Amino acid sequence: MSHELAIEINSLLAALILLTSFGLLVQRRVYGLLHIFAWQGVFLSVSTAIVGYSAGLNHLYISAAMTLVIKVFALPYILYVLIHKLRIKKEVEDMVNIPTTMLIGIAVVIFSYHLTAPIRELSTLMTRSTLAVALSTVLLGLLMMITRKKAVTQIIGFLALENGLFFAATSATYGMPLVVELGVALDILIAAFIFGMFFFQIRTSFDSLDLKEMEKLKDLD
Amino acid sequence: MTNSSSSIIVECLQVATVVFLAPLFTGWVRLLKCRAQARTSAGLLQPYRDIYKLFFKEVALAENASWIFRFTPYMVFGATVMAGAIIPVISTRAPLSATADIIALVAIFALARFFSALAGMDAGTAFGGMGSSREMMVASLAEPAMLMSVFTISLVNRSTSLSQMTHVIVNSPIMLRPSLAFALLAFALIAIAETGRIPVDNPATHLELTMIHEAMCLEFSGRHLALIEWAKGIKLLLFASLGIALFAPWGMATGGTLQSLVISYVTLTAKLAVIGVAIVLIETRLAKMRIFRVPEFLGAAFLLATLGMLSYFMLE
Repeated sequence: MSHELAIEINSLLAALILLTSFGLLVQRRVYGLLHIFAWQGVFLSVSTAIVGYSAGLNHLYISAAMTLVIKVFALPYILYVLIHKLRIKKEVEDMVNIPTTMLIGIAVVIFSYHLTAPIRELSTLMTRSTLAVALSTVLLGLLMMITRKKAVTQIIGFLALENGLFFAATSATYGMPLVVELGVALDILIAAFIFGMFFFQIRTSFDSLDLKEMEKLKDLD
Repeated sequence: MTNSSSSIIVECLQVATVVFLAPLFTGWVRLLKCRAQARTSAGLLQPYRDIYKLFFKEVALAENASWIFRFTPYMVFGATVMAGAIIPVISTRAPLSATADIIALVAIFALARFFSALAGMDAGTAFGGMGSSREMMVASLAEPAMLMSVFTISLVNRSTSLSQMTHVIVNSPIMLRPSLAFALLAFALIAIAETGRIPVDNPATHLELTMIHEAMCLEFSGRHLALIEWAKGIKLLLFASLGIALFAPWGMATGGTLQSLVISYVTLTAKLAVIGVAIVLIETRLAKMRIFRVPEFLGAAFLLATLGMLSYFMLE
């Protein structure tokens, strides 16, 4: 595989990651969200492996394998079990309607392109152009956390945000040191379990996973 | 044979191809659809028979229909044939394509649609007005997305002239371009909406609540209806060829030699046959969506087109 082809495939994967971020923003069904999130993990993992191959960095293969195991299989599975146990069947409830969220999303992408433009000029890595996509994935994850009411979708937004951070690390500096990445991966995994416990706690206290309920004081009812 | 006269011959050949091949393409799509749904089809040539039959039927006009109603079929047919002269279908070197770029092409389609919508309201029936209003809603959302998708391709090929863009694509090496992938997806969604196929509109329905395009054309009869139906067929063929010209023009003739034209016809037929299969797969797998979901569908097309443009700046 030539260097040019690797760059082309990598930017195609970056575009697909951006597409899945928007997919998360516009998807109405919770199970649909999980599928898109898993796909984002697949693209991220393949992209990391390709960067590892063409930059000759072996530790990126371990990162790619870890992404594949944790973000494509483990996390969606844990969330699937949680959603199943909590019997969430309703469509995703959002605070801003979907077309508006989409337009805000486009503005966010343009913003992150402008923000990363100077870094793009300075960097000499093959992945420098994907940095803008990485930053927009982070910000789109944040946007998803802001515009959703239910805890589960906010968690998926948070995990998408983490995907963005991982992608940013790969495109800005060819990945974090392996120790840091291992730590982050473990954290995410444990966070997913803790989120699960929180979901049950929130539901037993408020009878709903709608976080708007938390803004009210209980005694005033 | 001089260069200019040969290109004029090619141009005439192309317009004739578009006009007379269009019912065949419609027939091919219908035939495949019948097969896919385990029905007996009326044959590949049925659209020709329909048009022929309609030309000899009497025209029934509404009492209060004005000149717009009588003028519209000719206007729609003329504009569609004009578009057929601009889009590179068999050769990238058509002299008329220099007269209009892709933005003008969108405007020509809009002109035809504008007159259809006027005629829909002109006869004074409730269905016509409803059809016009729905058609305009779809159009107002599809056109920005269409332009955005087309601009992305223009940016990549550094021109808005269709024949120039096609020429550049034919002569450049194949590259993986995320911007073009997004533009292609957006274009496919828009083409579905513009040509009134499932899931946006059902071309075979005459059910009051769901029809969009058909409601607008309900009052036409005789030769007027023949022209409208024919123009509809040509438009379907043109969107397919526009897609081919913008995204996969390989095999298209760049000059006027006989050999390249033959290759061009063979590849065009093969590509159109494949597109017909794709249309039928989409139409058989999907149900028509609610009309209030259409804005979201076209919003997604706009989003994809915008992402295509952004990824051109960001990633290429």
